[in-house]
Amino acid sequence: MKFQRYGAVAGVAVAASLALSACGSNNNAPTGPTSSASGTSAASSCPSGTLSLAGSTAQANAISQWKKDYQTKCTGVTVNYNANGSGAGVTSFIQKQADFAGSDYSLSTTQAAQVTSAGRCGSGSAVNIPLVPGAIAVVFNVPNVTTLNLSATTLAGIFNGTISNWDAAAIKAENPSANLPNLAIQPFYRSDTSGTSYNFSNYLHALGGFAAANKQWPGKAGQGAKGSSLVASKVKSTAGAIGYAEYSYATEDSLSYAAVSNASGAYVPLTQTNAANFIAKAKVTQSGSDTKLAFDYTYAAADAYPATLVTYEIVCGTGNDSGQLPLIKGFLTYMDSSAAQTELTSEGYVPLPSAIQADNATAIASLQ
Amino acid sequence: MSTDRPGPAVTEAQDEKPPTPARAGLNAKAGLGDRLFGGSARGAAVFILILMAAIAAFLIVQSVHAISADKVNFLTSFTWDPDGNTTNGVPTFGIAAIAWGTLITSVIGVLFGAPVAIGVALFITQYAPRKLGAILGYIVDLLAAVPSVVYGLWGLLVLVPHMGGISKLIEDVLGWIPMFKTNGTYGSSIFTAGVVLAIMILPIIAAIAREIYRQTPREQIEAAYALGATRWEVIRLAVLPYGRSGVTSAVILGFGRALGETIAVAMVLTQVPGLVTRILQPGGNTIAANIAVQFGEALTTGRQALIASGLILFLMTLIVNYAARLVVRRTGRAGA
Repeated sequence: MKFQRYGAVAGVAVAASLALSACGSNNNAPTGPTSSASGTSAASSCPSGTLSLAGSTAQANAISQWKKDYQTKCTGVTVNYNANGSGAGVTSFIQKQADFAGSDYSLSTTQAAQVTSAGRCGSGSAVNIPLVPGAIAVVFNVPNVTTLNLSATTLAGIFNGTISNWDAAAIKAENPSANLPNLAIQPFYRSDTSGTSYNFSNYLHALGGFAAANKQWPGKAGQGAKGSSLVASKVKSTAGAIGYAEYSYATEDSLSYAAVSNASGAYVPLTQTNAANFIAKAKVTQSGSDTKLAFDYTYAAADAYPATLVTYEIVCGTGNDSGQLPLIKGFLTYMDSSAAQTELTSEGYVPLPSAIQADNATAIASLQ
Repeated sequence: MSTDRPGPAVTEAQDEKPPTPARAGLNAKAGLGDRLFGGSARGAAVFILILMAAIAAFLIVQSVHAISADKVNFLTSFTWDPDGNTTNGVPTFGIAAIAWGTLITSVIGVLFGAPVAIGVALFITQYAPRKLGAILGYIVDLLAAVPSVVYGLWGLLVLVPHMGGISKLIEDVLGWIPMFKTNGTYGSSIFTAGVVLAIMILPIIAAIAREIYRQTPREQIEAAYALGATRWEVIRLAVLPYGRSGVTSAVILGFGRALGETIAVAMVLTQVPGLVTRILQPGGNTIAANIAVQFGEALTTGRQALIASGLILFLMTLIVNYAARLVVRRTGRAGA
């Protein structure tokens, strides 16, 4: 029928025009530094485009706050952060899905080899830039108990299962005035590879006779949950639970956290000042743009909280995508600035010592 | 009237002349369309076969890489550390613990889900008035539309904190069996995961069972009534035997779905090292949940090991489905 024939022709025409429109220029790809015609009155060096980041859950709260502020300051920039964990973040970085990654431990030899074999940074390598120091809170949920002193050896015993009840002698000895119930201890750890696990096990290994530091939690007891957020929420909902998570997760969920012992034997409560005191004593090793911090667990001041971590940004030292480089340098410079670091305090993190801030500024400026 | 006039056969032969040119043109056009359509249909089928073969080959090659790099027995080891994070770089992984977890959670899911689903199907087809049955059927089908991740969230936030009471009750009654003993803690256990799975497979089994029971021959039901049977006896005598093989395959279909359920189980269960034999105590892992949790940060060997475990899951599901077909064939096709 005539109608059928015209209908067929019209259908083909519509399909063809739809197909051809798909061949038009795709404006979703991140564009390089365009002179922003939208007239942002902010600093003259505002790039524009999209920055894709991934990595540690420990710095997730910091990044989300910085993201907001940076995007207000530079309206042409969109920053996306996928908090899938330190290990997964570095994998995303190696596979070119992230411009740089946040990791709570510096790049391991395996990871560095993968960067080279994948040619992620051209012929160069990736560097570590420490930007988000934080404290690890030992969160617990014991009815009618709001403060606890726990030594590194006791913590090692709890996370290895040798101390399995809250009214055990070891805990009672350290907390004579606490009303400890006869309740089974349920330790929670990170089931995914995590820098928080690495740093906390490092502390327990140095001062508590625990297994060697490992990003895959090496403890022998307890249950694993994926991500700091889930660990914190499991501790909150389970009576008798104990776990470790970055300090901002503890304050967000209103969890009680313990004072832990350091090399001096004193029980140091978790405050940002105490954590800053400890981080300031870390040994800094710098080679080129690469900066690594090694915490000094032998530091024996009574006001240094030893369970700390620092999140590194893993970025290519050379061989960055030229279109993304201004975005990467712009956001990293912002993260290192005093304005951003001061904001960290209100988010529950610890601001960088100024010496390290200065080192970072040189390192970031020399990225290519 | 003479008999040697050319008979009908000759005139018929004369009618079977070769087609006229116009008719030949029409045939030729139909022939081309025929060939095109037949060819593209055949091409689509061949393409699918090639695609499946390519995927299978890729999976098998990756798995072989992983299994040959494994330093322990792949089928009997309880640890999962293919990237050697805790074993100094030595790939150490095996599927024994996670395969066991997969089986036991699915069995619990079917144990709780199948009876309820069959009950719902019987109620809808035999007891409920037609309109109520239709509404109830619609609601049960809605259960299937809920995404798995929502089931996982509900299980994690609502079910896990409240499983303590029931778990304690079961432990008090059955605690002398080692499987039901606990160390006093309950919640994110294999049992809870099984309950969540039961709710997830309920709509599948109920939908198929409903269709099967609806097709019970009216004559058999009426004959049972005529013999003086009560409603329950009618169901026992006429409906259930008729639908037995079909409902069995529905249950096994639900079992297959439970075997592969990923996100809901990953959210409800917490991970513990080694083989989990206590189903009321928190902790456990299944093959699918393991893949979901580990895939993001797995390095090369890790990824290949996860693919190998996926192949094992695929084989398990194949065996289960094949067993289902055997059961259906053996019990005769009395049902649908």
